[in-house]
Amino acid sequence: MTATTEKLTAKDFASNQEVRWCPGCGDYSILKQVQTVLPDLGRPKEEFVFISGIGCSSRFPYYMETFGMHSIHGRATAIATGLKATRPELSVWIISGDGDSMSIGGNHFIHLLRRNPDVNLLVFNNQIYGLTKGQYSPTSEQGKITKSTPMGSVDHPFNPIALSLGADATFVARTMDRDPKHQQAMIRRAYDHKGTSLVEIYQNCNVFNDGAFEVFTEKSSKKEETLMMEHGKPLVFGENADKGIKLDGFKPVIVDLNDSAVSDLWVHDETDLVKATILSRFYDDPADENHFPRPFGVFYVNSKKATFDELFNAQIAYAKEKMGPGDLDKLIAGKETWLVN
Amino acid sequence: MTATTDKELASVVIRFAGDSGDGMQLTGTQFTNATALHGNDLATFPDFPAEIRAPLGTLAGVSGFQIHFGSTKINTPGDQSDVLVAMNVAALKVNIKSLKKGGVIIANTDGFDAKNMRLANVPEDKNPLTDGSLSEYDLKTIDVTKITRAALADSGLTTKEIDRCKNMFVLGLVYWMYHRPMENTLNFIKSKFSKNEAVMNANLKVLNAGWNYGETTEMFANRYTVAAAKMEPGVYRGIMGNQAAAAFGGHLAITGSSGPGIALKGEAIGLATMLELPLVIVNVQRAGPSTGMPTKTEQADLMQAMFGRNGECPVVVLAAQSPSDCFTLAFEACKIALEHMIPVFFLSDGYIANGAEPWKFPNTASLPDIQVHFAAAREAGDEPFMPYLRDEKLSRPWAVPGTKGLEHRIGGLEKQNITGNISYDAANHELMTQIRQEKVDKVADFISDQTIDTGEESGDLLILGWGGTYGALKTATSILIEEGYKVSHAHVRYINPFPKNLGDLLKRFKKVVVPELNNGQLVKILRDKYFVDAIPYNKIQGQPFMSNEVVAKIKQILD
Repeated sequence: MTATTEKLTAKDFASNQEVRWCPGCGDYSILKQVQTVLPDLGRPKEEFVFISGIGCSSRFPYYMETFGMHSIHGRATAIATGLKATRPELSVWIISGDGDSMSIGGNHFIHLLRRNPDVNLLVFNNQIYGLTKGQYSPTSEQGKITKSTPMGSVDHPFNPIALSLGADATFVARTMDRDPKHQQAMIRRAYDHKGTSLVEIYQNCNVFNDGAFEVFTEKSSKKEETLMMEHGKPLVFGENADKGIKLDGFKPVIVDLNDSAVSDLWVHDETDLVKATILSRFYDDPADENHFPRPFGVFYVNSKKATFDELFNAQIAYAKEKMGPGDLDKLIAGKETWLVN
Repeated sequence: MTATTDKELASVVIRFAGDSGDGMQLTGTQFTNATALHGNDLATFPDFPAEIRAPLGTLAGVSGFQIHFGSTKINTPGDQSDVLVAMNVAALKVNIKSLKKGGVIIANTDGFDAKNMRLANVPEDKNPLTDGSLSEYDLKTIDVTKITRAALADSGLTTKEIDRCKNMFVLGLVYWMYHRPMENTLNFIKSKFSKNEAVMNANLKVLNAGWNYGETTEMFANRYTVAAAKMEPGVYRGIMGNQAAAAFGGHLAITGSSGPGIALKGEAIGLATMLELPLVIVNVQRAGPSTGMPTKTEQADLMQAMFGRNGECPVVVLAAQSPSDCFTLAFEACKIALEHMIPVFFLSDGYIANGAEPWKFPNTASLPDIQVHFAAAREAGDEPFMPYLRDEKLSRPWAVPGTKGLEHRIGGLEKQNITGNISYDAANHELMTQIRQEKVDKVADFISDQTIDTGEESGDLLILGWGGTYGALKTATSILIEEGYKVSHAHVRYINPFPKNLGDLLKRFKKVVVPELNNGQLVKILRDKYFVDAIPYNKIQGQPFMSNEVVAKIKQILD
């Protein structure tokens, strides 16, 4: 980074490639928010790398005027880990979807999170396979009728937030395509966090799964069905901000603020893993009676865990300090040699 | 003390065999190191079960280590052994067929008790040590367990710990038999057990006890000397094939596995081919398919390396022929990957990886340079960067993240040549497919010609091998030539592309035989490429070729 870097604009981060997502796709919003946030980070374009897997979401790098790699099914995480380990000075972003990172990439997803390299992982969750034209995905709800499940899916879906917390992720957040400001805030928080930052983005696939998140994104129901979490603030929701979440021991309960004081409510603490875990389980079907609202915002942050790239490079530095710089001739000769005259 | 006679031998093959827990691999490795330091040429062959602790005393649990050493050039670990050390009846049963008639058996009698007989499925009345079935051999029986326990009676160690020193007794005895220097092993024990003095002293004591046993008993009438080999002067070390061996970011990426792991990496190898980035993929082949026989050797992944990916996906394929060649060829693999911006397969196999030989290692200053060029930064007014613009090798520029003005996107989708933009254009896909193939073919301009390893430049029959069969084929060829056959041996190390002169070389022989430890893979490629009526010769047993079986096969073809 140099002081003379001129202020870039969102336009500078748009590549000359024609964007080929379906008109009306939620991906457009995510692309725009990322291009809006990057200029504020004060880094030159060449320091950003976007690596993606396979799927609609994974076309993303082609549209960014940065370094990019559209890689293989579910393994952008592995490639990004390798790049960050060997080039820790770069800002590395992984773009994935629910199919890419929860299905074939499920394994790599959890290992990325436990290793904690300092990268940002944006999972575009539309609860469907879009690129292959509408089969159920690992986040599709049970009973979903799709082309591959004409009688309804019998699979129980993954809960990506709970999965991430289970894998000891150090930054876990959820946002939605239809809320640009909130999305930008989450992308910025993800960048600022040192360690792997997971941002699940509810993204509408208007062709194969239109309206999957409507209840959370539409003005008419948003306030009633979502819980916008803010650190240090009580968990309040509802059309008139008249409902809240209270903890009864470890059991969360919804209270009516007409009968109950705000001071009795659960105050959100991003650093509390136990409470984050409880919030991650607010995953009810909005059609259920007495269901909890769906939380958005930062569930959990752990800024104390060392990053993989730090440990990896520190170990190499330590080895060099302790044993001296590598000597190829010594290595080739090994411990025992003999002379033939 | 009994007077023993020293006999001079040109070469000897010893096989140490015992239960997996008996420490036979360690014994073999120690004997190998001592022998190398003594100045002999040598080759080794460890043959062990896949299980770390296989069922005790059973045939499946037998672990063997064979070493062939001599004052002459040694190409293989030897077809048959002169000496068999058998720590139990299972080890004897498994290995007796590979002992020469008249060979020496050193048997640990404790391993031939009722329990061991039952575990090895030997009937109670058929104890080979007493039923006369070993009359064609020179049988020496020693109760190694009893002697070891007696030697360590007051060591303070438990019986279990004491019994684990048994292998040192055998090693000491064999050191005595073959006049090997013990210092190396003494130092090894001292350093390995430096934190446990009781165990260190026990091992040292039992090693010496083995040596003294040979010296004081009348069991052995002869001791043997094997003079140092006449080897090219220089500094040597022992080398195993296994010891020799993040591209987008500007580093050379190397990945190592065996067949099943390579299958898992298939999609990524395809991606690397599409990205045209340097990558070295090491496959130490073992018997397949699937998990197959994990510790046994095979050469059955050649087709996988050549064609085992979706789409037209050519990569460079090299195959090492011996443990020391692993270094030479691994270096070559890295050089080709970096200089041609291309994935390179480096094939080894279980036989090379676990085998050892003396290696006159190079000085790094004498190694050829590897030319690596990173694309330079660009300023605002410069021409736009073209990630798939090619040089004379058809390589594209290596433009690493962090370089100003080189922002670009690459990926698994087909690329437009030069710009690197996604392209579904029909003619462009055909062009790019041909370029990726031509890029591999062009490597032939930068590699050395195929040479004849042993024999004349033309003749009745060419034995054409690849990979770890090198030593066995070389020895077999020498035997055939001595017997008057017009046979030559060539060993292919560059398989994709082949050296340019290979086709001409094949034409100079009336017959071409391709011995492989598979069901016929190189032979198919040769037939396809050169339209030559090459004769396959296949062995698929998880075991290397024996020289004598190759000799017999070639005679059968020629006579």
